[in-house]
Amino acid sequence: MEPFSTVDAKAMPLDMTNVDTDQLVPARYLWRPRQDGYAEILFHDLRREPGFPLDAPAHKGAAIMVADRNFGCGSSREHAAWALVDSGFRVVIAPSFGDIFYSNSFKNGLLPIVLPEARCAELRAALARNPGTHLVVDLPAQTVTGPVGVNDGFSVDSFAVDPLRKELLIAGQDETGLTLSLAATIKGFVAGYAEAMPWV
Amino acid sequence: MAKTLFDKVWDAHVVERLQDGTCVLYIDRHLVHEVTSPQAFEGLRMAGRRVRRPDATIAVVDHNVPTTDRKSGIKEADSRLQVETLERNVAAFGVPYIPLLDERQGIVHIIGPELGASLPGMTIVCGDSHTSTHGALGSLAFGIGTSEVEHVLATQTLLQKPAKNMKVAVEGTLPFGVTAKDIVLAIIGRIGTAGGTGHVIEYTGSAIRALDMAGRMTVCNMSIEGGARAGMIAPDETTFEYVRGRPMAPRGEALERAIAWWKTLPSDPGAHYDKVVEIDAATIAPMVTWGTSPEAVAPITGVVPDPSEIADEAKRAQVERMLEYMALRPGQKLAEVPVDMVFIGSCTNGRIEDMRAAAEVARGRRVAPGVRALVVPGSGIVKRQAEEEGLDRVLTEAGFEWREPGCSMCLGMNPDKLTPGQRCASTSNRNFEGRQGPGGRTHLLSPAMAAAAAVMGRLADVRELAR
Repeated sequence: MEPFSTVDAKAMPLDMTNVDTDQLVPARYLWRPRQDGYAEILFHDLRREPGFPLDAPAHKGAAIMVADRNFGCGSSREHAAWALVDSGFRVVIAPSFGDIFYSNSFKNGLLPIVLPEARCAELRAALARNPGTHLVVDLPAQTVTGPVGVNDGFSVDSFAVDPLRKELLIAGQDETGLTLSLAATIKGFVAGYAEAMPWV
Repeated sequence: MAKTLFDKVWDAHVVERLQDGTCVLYIDRHLVHEVTSPQAFEGLRMAGRRVRRPDATIAVVDHNVPTTDRKSGIKEADSRLQVETLERNVAAFGVPYIPLLDERQGIVHIIGPELGASLPGMTIVCGDSHTSTHGALGSLAFGIGTSEVEHVLATQTLLQKPAKNMKVAVEGTLPFGVTAKDIVLAIIGRIGTAGGTGHVIEYTGSAIRALDMAGRMTVCNMSIEGGARAGMIAPDETTFEYVRGRPMAPRGEALERAIAWWKTLPSDPGAHYDKVVEIDAATIAPMVTWGTSPEAVAPITGVVPDPSEIADEAKRAQVERMLEYMALRPGQKLAEVPVDMVFIGSCTNGRIEDMRAAAEVARGRRVAPGVRALVVPGSGIVKRQAEEEGLDRVLTEAGFEWREPGCSMCLGMNPDKLTPGQRCASTSNRNFEGRQGPGGRTHLLSPAMAAAAAVMGRLADVRELAR
């Protein structure tokens, strides 16, 4: 997993609530081997609709998406995070996320950021007025910054992130290594547990 | 301190609390299927890791499998490859596996409880969001992504922060013709698809306690459609009776010991909930969705909403888009919407009780001309039991197709899918755009309501067909 620190990149607004994982990756593409890449599968059906922002020339190279509430709701398919990462996205900003998608994102070097609903709407409106504008996401400082000189009310927003997830993301490390380092503790737990609950 | 059901199951499984509050959570049962596991096994292979507890793991194929005769194998190359990949992986890593032609094969969330692999008080995970189903037994059960599948395979634990507690209390007696599916659709209509985000929902109240285990599983199954990763119902005599005698459930003294612990699990009086929702069972009617989100739901006696009456601009635009996709008119009566397809099955409604409910409506009637109706039992065991009860004959004589078990048209990963523009009355859990096939239109409802739609050729109030 690629280590994460600061992302200074074009941001794409997406004005849709409840974007579900079936829209991010329709089920009929879940067969695809991971190594074949999921970039072209991202929003497979929606991106064919006129006006969908993903393939707009101004958003080419966008690594940040500013979305609306309940982004990534629905199924547990990690393919949704893969498709975003394979398309170059490193950050999704939204008022809220589906819980499983939120968790899957961190495991793929994709940072989900929760900002207030009104703030996300402002950011999307500003990005719609100035397509291709950059945002700067600084994970160590936990800030999202708009560009200087664009009179769209951009400023600095702070966001919250679990310290452990932040640490792993910055290090580009997966959780399994960390957990395996606790093997002795797990073994100790299991011994007591097996005695207390022999039926499990 | 007074604890909730969730708190108690959580606390019993915390191996270690890390500095930021993240817990190493021990996992009792890991269910594995063919769609979300290939990359997890590949990850293990690349890191040279083994499956820590094959005995706590069960694998089955469900998402991809055809629901017609499969003795001659799977024709679709993509599906066949995924099934074969799982078979190779379970052989290489020593994971117990239920093959396609085994009678116990079925949808992972049907077979877990059915085999007694899912028990009260357990932590249960699976790479599938409808793992919330198993919470009906009083377990903490939730869906995980593929990275977490790999993590559980390697360590039998997960790194998790505790969820918040939410209580949904449904008090009173359900009116005639109203089922568990209607309860959960009404709940989602009330709280919205993000209402439970960050929470585990505990369903309480006399209407929940009165449900049988199948009904409880239907309710917990759709917790994720309300945004909650898990739903739970306190174990009681109904639960213990269900568990008793199942192949993998404890027996004799072990069972009595287990029950003694399970009886301590219900939430303590005065336990704190971060959110509480109360619903009067008597106000719930048979429900049907009209949009492309499960929260877009109304009683069958209602009409399609009028976007021009919605003040919030974003919400209005969303409803307009839904109506366009669903080809519905504002003010249109839901009971006048014609259907092309009917799907009865899925992890939400593929149990024997669901088959009985559908057959009860179908008995002596005929599927309306021009309508195709599929009935897909949730497992081989459900299928056999239904056949022993003669339900398959009732359904096929009425013109329903009686098929082999699997996820089928719930998500269209096998040949069972809608064609663009087709409209389906479905007992499944998601009505997202394209979910049952690109361009397909889904109305979610109960098995009895789906059977009523099949014989009427339109969405229909099952109470009109009462005998």
